Amino acid sequence: MTIATILAKKGGHVFTVRPDQTIREALAILAERNVGALVVMASAGPPVGILSERDIVRRLVRDEQAFTMKVSELMSKPVISGVPQDDLASAAVTMTEKRIRHLPILDGERLVGVISIGDIVKAQRDEYQGEVETLETQLIEEGRGKVIKH
Amino acid sequence: MAAVGTADRPLRVAIIGAGPTGFYAADHLLRSATTVEIDLYDRLPTPFGLVRGGVAPDHQKIKAVTAAFDKVAAHPRFRFFGNVELGKHVTVDDLRRHYHQVVYCTGAQTDRRMGVPGEDLSGSHPATEFVAWYNGHPDYRDLTFDLSVERAAVVGVGNVAVDVARILCRTPDELAQTDIADHALEALRRSRIKEVYLLGRRGPAQAAFTNPEIKELGELADTDITVPAAEAALDDASRASLERTNDRATMKKVEIIRTYADRARTERSRALVLRFLVSPAEVVGDDAGRVTGLELVRNTLVPTTTGTLQAKPTGEHEVLPVGLVFRSVGYRGVPLPGVPFNESWAVILNEKGRVLDPDTKQPLVGEFTAGWIKRGPTGVIGTNKPDAAETVQCMLEDTAAGRLLTPAEPAADAAERLVRERQPQWFSYADWLKVNETEVAKGRAGGRPRVKLTRVDEMLAVAGR
Repeated sequence: MTIATILAKKGGHVFTVRPDQTIREALAILAERNVGALVVMASAGPPVGILSERDIVRRLVRDEQAFTMKVSELMSKPVISGVPQDDLASAAVTMTEKRIRHLPILDGERLVGVISIGDIVKAQRDEYQGEVETLETQLIEEGRGKVIKH
Repeated sequence: MAAVGTADRPLRVAIIGAGPTGFYAADHLLRSATTVEIDLYDRLPTPFGLVRGGVAPDHQKIKAVTAAFDKVAAHPRFRFFGNVELGKHVTVDDLRRHYHQVVYCTGAQTDRRMGVPGEDLSGSHPATEFVAWYNGHPDYRDLTFDLSVERAAVVGVGNVAVDVARILCRTPDELAQTDIADHALEALRRSRIKEVYLLGRRGPAQAAFTNPEIKELGELADTDITVPAAEAALDDASRASLERTNDRATMKKVEIIRTYADRARTERSRALVLRFLVSPAEVVGDDAGRVTGLELVRNTLVPTTTGTLQAKPTGEHEVLPVGLVFRSVGYRGVPLPGVPFNESWAVILNEKGRVLDPDTKQPLVGEFTAGWIKRGPTGVIGTNKPDAAETVQCMLEDTAAGRLLTPAEPAADAAERLVRERQPQWFSYADWLKVNETEVAKGRAGGRPRVKLTRVDEMLAVAGR
């Protein structure tokens, strides 16, 4: 299974923020959209960074002025990104190894989506459930008609 | 007035497409606490989608899933409207006038193109058309394939590609025990194909076929399997990637393929040659426009940022002399009339199964999707069960919140009247069961699971229309 399968049912939503916006503005978007990270996009070109809840929390705990800081000051960079053709398994290992929870997906320079580690866990769970379901059906059918002796 | 979804006022749902996903969606809805009435539409008179028209005839066990679908169909609040096509007999507006919710489960009805010159030469076919032909799909039963050639190439290493290669390599005796369509059985009896090439653009570790599928290819009655040793060997990047993901099933797959490396020919009359790290560059033809070969380019594997190994052409070419080419590089969804489509992924524009308005990206009230037309063509049949469950959860949430269509004619009778009026030759589930009985009875005589009816006229006659 590829990343494209996850993106296909995300409706093409990508939540972004500009590097010159404030952390307060970014927090408002995070809360309103109910997501854990925003991709930081300048006027043109590929993403310039990614801003996660963690980036903000880590700063806020020691600096209450962080609300007025610019997104560009707190964002993580360079951005680790994927492509729609990436295998789910490779993306999962990369995210675990690099300890990142959101992976922007680029088609060339164009941002086409973001997948979270939660999306991957759900996709893998559905994949396994589907296989179990199919195998169970076949086993039940094989067992049908056979005399069971106690 | 009672709330929608109660015994006095059932939630009225139209499901479009009677493949596995349509049945799984119906099952989830009928098992919920909400009282639901379901009308399942299909453009064919027969239900079960790719279980009937896609799953290979020599894989009957996989078709056992239809027993569960029969149980769903026996529910008193379930109806089947077969031989009724969306966009031809009924429109999305018609559905909005008769139902609270509509679910599109139309699957992926076409194939992806290779995008190389010569793709449309005579003798170059989408594998999906060959599959629909040998499975007796009424729309494809009259196609012809030139099986008088000696060599055929199947581009791709997914389950469809493997099915096509296997069917080409089976003996008439092996095929005669299956429910392969009679016209296909006759044509394959006369087949002169001696060599079949199965072509993967990446290596053994990236092949999409499953372990049972590749093992089965080594157990065919009259076909030798082989793979060039150099292509069966694992490259360093793939080895590192396997160790990184600790993927045991794939390690096993690589091991099975290695046992086929440079295997010598025996007295068996056909050969199946697995090739890896090659992509089609051009389908080569003669002056009459017939396929004479397939030009391949060798690939090398290059990792993306996340470590997925992708094929990159090396510039080294070869020509495979073949007279038939089947492309099997993936299915592709097609847009439905009046339903928003996401061209990037060839799916209905949706979020978790809620169809979205393309302008506002907000959900369209009462319209949903599930299965391949929602997420793309991936997974096994059962994968559509959790997928349909996700969509049904959205449907029930919207029902509870009162976000529903407000049909002008919500009575079950009104929907049936509409269908009768627009398509007098519609098929009920009882009609299908008659066709099923006839097919099974015909098969019994020859020791086959069934003999398929492949013309809509024959089906109508059996149903007494």
